[in-house]
Amino acid sequence: MLSVQKRRIAAFATAVIAFAAVSSSSALAQKKYDTGATDAEIKIGNIMPYSGPASAYGVIGKTEAAYFKKINAEGGINGRKIDFISYDDSYSPPKAVEQARKLVESDEVLLLFNPLGTPSNSAIQKYLNAKKIPQLFVATGATKWNDPKNFPWTMGWQPSYQSEARIYAKYLMKEKPDGKIAVMYQNDDFGKDYLKGLKDGLGAKASMIIAEESYETSEPTIDNHIVKLKATGADVFIDIATPKFAAQAIKKIAEIEWKPLHIVSNVSASVGGVIKPAGFENSQGILSAAYAKDGADPQWDNDPGMKKFYAFLEKYYPDANKLDGSVVYGYGAAQTMAKVLEMSGDNLTRENVMKQAASLKAFAPDTLLPGVKINTSATDFAPIEQLQMMRFKGEKWDLFGDIISGELSN
Amino acid sequence: MSAAQEVVTEAPAIDAVPKRAMTLGYGTSLVMLAVLILVPLFVKNFIIFQLTMLLIYGLAVLALNILTGGSGQFSLGQSAFYAVGAYTSAILMETFNVNYALTLPVSGVICFAFGFLFGLPALRLSGIYLALATFALATAMPQLLKLNVFEPWTGGVQGLVVTKPDAPFGLPISQDMWLYYFTLVITIGIYIFSVNLLKSRSGRAFMAIRDNEIAASAMGIDVALYKTLAFGVSAGITGVAGALGAIAVQFVAPDSYTIQLAISLFLGMVVGGVGWLPGSIVGSAFIIFVPNIAEGISKGLSGAVFGVLLFLVIFLVPHGARQVAVLGQQLIGKFRKS
Amino acid sequence: MELFTNQVLAGIATGAIYACMALAIVMIYQAIDHLNFAQGEMAMFSTFIAWQLMQWGVPYWGAFVITVAFSFAAGIIIERLLFKPLAKAPILTNVAGFIALYSIVNSVAGLIWDFTIKQFPTPFGSSPFLGSQLISTHQAGMIGVTLLLLLLLFFFFRFTRMGLAMRAAAALPESARLVGINTSWMIALGWGMAAAIGSIAGMMIAPVVFLEPNMMLGVLIYGFAAAVLGGLTSPFGAVIGGFLVGIFENLTGTYIPGVGNELKLPIALALIVIVLVVKPAGLFGRPIVKRV
Repeated sequence: MLSVQKRRIAAFATAVIAFAAVSSSSALAQKKYDTGATDAEIKIGNIMPYSGPASAYGVIGKTEAAYFKKINAEGGINGRKIDFISYDDSYSPPKAVEQARKLVESDEVLLLFNPLGTPSNSAIQKYLNAKKIPQLFVATGATKWNDPKNFPWTMGWQPSYQSEARIYAKYLMKEKPDGKIAVMYQNDDFGKDYLKGLKDGLGAKASMIIAEESYETSEPTIDNHIVKLKATGADVFIDIATPKFAAQAIKKIAEIEWKPLHIVSNVSASVGGVIKPAGFENSQGILSAAYAKDGADPQWDNDPGMKKFYAFLEKYYPDANKLDGSVVYGYGAAQTMAKVLEMSGDNLTRENVMKQAASLKAFAPDTLLPGVKINTSATDFAPIEQLQMMRFKGEKWDLFGDIISGELSN
Repeated sequence: MSAAQEVVTEAPAIDAVPKRAMTLGYGTSLVMLAVLILVPLFVKNFIIFQLTMLLIYGLAVLALNILTGGSGQFSLGQSAFYAVGAYTSAILMETFNVNYALTLPVSGVICFAFGFLFGLPALRLSGIYLALATFALATAMPQLLKLNVFEPWTGGVQGLVVTKPDAPFGLPISQDMWLYYFTLVITIGIYIFSVNLLKSRSGRAFMAIRDNEIAASAMGIDVALYKTLAFGVSAGITGVAGALGAIAVQFVAPDSYTIQLAISLFLGMVVGGVGWLPGSIVGSAFIIFVPNIAEGISKGLSGAVFGVLLFLVIFLVPHGARQVAVLGQQLIGKFRKS
Repeated sequence: MELFTNQVLAGIATGAIYACMALAIVMIYQAIDHLNFAQGEMAMFSTFIAWQLMQWGVPYWGAFVITVAFSFAAGIIIERLLFKPLAKAPILTNVAGFIALYSIVNSVAGLIWDFTIKQFPTPFGSSPFLGSQLISTHQAGMIGVTLLLLLLLFFFFRFTRMGLAMRAAAALPESARLVGINTSWMIALGWGMAAAIGSIAGMMIAPVVFLEPNMMLGVLIYGFAAAVLGGLTSPFGAVIGGFLVGIFENLTGTYIPGVGNELKLPIALALIVIVLVVKPAGLFGRPIVKRV
């Protein structure tokens, strides 16, 4: 029997040798493929809040999983199946970091697609860029994702909150230049980003805003904020809220018989998710903007793109709530991802995928409004920048005006 | 007995852990230590990162064990101290370019002071009322971190990105591995300190207060001092854990430190065994890995699966991992005898 | 001055929500001496059941009665199955059990009914109450229902044998057993009643906040604060506490400059803590005398 001392040395020596062996083997970078892509499959990673306070958005991940199932059933992309691996982060940044590292280092995915939430994406951005892994089509409208110079591996998808707010600002300055604006906003990155866009868009006329009320998602109801804002005498009300609170606002405004020019953010413009529960009769004349078609809107029933969407739902995700804007969103984003992978052909290196993502020209997924197209370039990492304003009338949204580009001059 | 008052002869809300059973035996401790030192040499960086988080949350649960299991004060507010420690470290590192190792004692001291000060008004509260007060603290913290006035330092809702340190002296090991061993050394140090604290006079004072506050006071223990001291020490350790967490995750934001974290730490303490310091790491493993397991079983029902697993644990071992360890010891004892 | 009155009235309206929830919390506290974290989720689940019944064509009051009865039974079943085995376990383990229950109920509700908001009808209509634009008829109705519940609870505890037995079982279990009270079933009964009251609270609250699985978290926090403020042993205190929390929260948001809006909840909670330091059993609770 070896003495305790010698045993310890032997153990240590073994450990050192094992360690050296493990660290010297590195992934062979082949010409066509990076880790995560092979002749047979492409692995893509995703992080969504399937539990916790933001679990309403988990539906996006489920829709995307169903979409890739459809792609696989139809033969895959360039003959390769898509392995869509999605993990839950409960909207918690430390958990998002853990899941991102798991996807990259343990599951060895080619790229991360549509991770959701500004805090989670902020947490993993540096890591992914340092490792040169594409962080594509992030599911958040924060403006900061369009920064190819500093973060060449990160790209957004939906129109940024600031660009949407600017569109409203432009509209107000033209249609109601002497309006008194009251703003209610959610006290997080979403609300604050929007508010900034609004103020920047109004520019010198930012004094039109006479009242700003923030609210927390922990509040059961925002009714008292509405009461307070009515008392300011404002005649324009801008509602930067998530669906539940937007619906409460619409209802309360009707109850207290306040009749401002009511603008609601695109995030909460879903007919099925917000307007119907709040009451059609309470929502007449509300303004918003859209870049995608609404699943509850009968005007798209015969639209070829939406027909494909409904067919997809019926076959691959029958439980889905068609009226949920998140479902439409997931489909559109997944379709964009599929397009980029298709464009990458047999060169499935991360660098090439990123390059293809930055070369989308006038690409129109099935679910975007007619006229809204995806365009990207080496200096433009904001795929969708166009919106069209709409007014609620009867039981649906009436689009009006031109397709406006909310481009921010970066 | 007057109907206008409720007379309560309270059984202690928290079980006393027999002193003998408070730590692991020497043999088990050495085995644990060996495992903690050797395992990272054989696994991928990502697993090392998870192990680092295991140690960090273990520290936070340990701190809660001292507070609740040691001095009997129920706290749902540990996430607040964790957040203060994390932000202190992040701000020092990013704005003032302080070396990461130095930020730890600073975080610890600041959180100690914070905990001590919080303990003062909390003196008159106990049980459910103290729970409410600590809960208030936990919900207030993310709000405070988001405030516009603090934004130039805290980064507001966007948070701060933290730079991970490289191994010093150009050692050929990854950042993850270096951070792991760094954390391990600190964890062992704090663990030894905590064990000694609970065995010392102060520790006995804590436990006397936990078991029967009025009797303790009648016997001459300065209840106010020891209760606030317990809060301070617990907060200080949690702050150090938070600082390490900030470095490991490389990011701080208000959303990282919500009441969910405080609840998780509480669950970790219960699963590990209240008042049983070695159980902290078991509790920490539970709160890190069981949600992953639950997600693996069912994505749509991950919360439900987690709840069911938690129920299973508390049905089988209501006293947490300590019960398992005691059973294990008894089995080994029987084995030896035969 | 008008703004002040408006905010107070609005606070009373919101406070009715908290008061409703606080009643359920006090109920469970009377039975088991601890707060059940899952109370809100159980109320939410009950409200979903009511909603589902109405989707299937059951008229409102029919669904209401069925739901209350179902919740009562469910509360008893949950207690017998999940918490009776934990009766001998330490309190903290029980609290962990509540958290587990919360997790399960929330997740299952999300799976069955998904997370889009749903409209929940009110039997009281939504027009302005007495011409006031601040309180709708529904909110007035909610206050009315809360007060009615309060009255019923008062009678139950004060004037019925069962109520007396439950109070005895909670206050002095040993002595209660000696006089033949089945303390174990008293606890189950307490759970059932708390679940039933919770379901009523849920059905009152949902028309205002919209029904979805996460609707109760905020309400629970405020309800808890209200119950503690009013005194955990006093249903009357719980209701008053609810209104006070609603009013105070509104005034904080309106009058404290700058941070008042963002720190509404922490400030409200801080105030309650201060009240507790002065009056440890809450405003209307019976003072607790501890003996060694």
